[in-house]
Amino acid sequence: MARIAGIDLPRNKRGEIGLTYIYGIGRSTARAILEQAGVSYDKKVQDWDDADLGKIRGYITESLKVEGALRSEVQMSIKRLMDIGCYRGVRHRVGLPVRGQSTKNNSRTRKGKRKTVANKKKVTK
Amino acid sequence: MARSLKKPPFIHYKLAKRVDEAQAAGKKNVIKTWSRSSTISPDFVGLTIAVHNGKTFIPVYVTENMVGHKLGEFSPTRKFSGHSGNRKEGK
Repeated sequence: MARIAGIDLPRNKRGEIGLTYIYGIGRSTARAILEQAGVSYDKKVQDWDDADLGKIRGYITESLKVEGALRSEVQMSIKRLMDIGCYRGVRHRVGLPVRGQSTKNNSRTRKGKRKTVANKKKVTK
Repeated sequence: MARSLKKPPFIHYKLAKRVDEAQAAGKKNVIKTWSRSSTISPDFVGLTIAVHNGKTFIPVYVTENMVGHKLGEFSPTRKFSGHSGNRKEGK
């Protein structure tokens, strides 16, 4: 069982993919890690021996910010924006898109489920 | 698109002059400006700058955290006063 940064990695996936189960590691970071550790991308997680695992774990703890630490960093950056009251902070506060996207339609990811207004006037031609 | 690093951050020259004067004379009165695109440099910290939003001047007290942002980010140009019918939330 490979356990890195408090996360159990899926056993029967390739190392490159398995590492992406950790928050903060995507495909390219996973490749960089495996390259540093000298492990093939294609080696499955269950086939890693203790030396491989040690090297991978060492690299991650030494030079990467993952999981809780990364999450809290992101939260802190957002909080900073909200505290100084700049435009981006205001958009975070009211839960609308931050990067200038249109909000006339869509942008449902940020706005959440549709809130239907009763008796909303239809546009008459 | 980020600004080229070979150039210094943009600050309107008149505003920069006013800021230097204000810092030299110790914290003075509010500086009015229309230059929303000026970057806040560390010299600005502690001053209050009234930034035009197209209609009025919004006083912005500059703190250390704001360095690197533009003045316009702190002076909203739109006013949303709720949807019709949303009486409870309306202000």
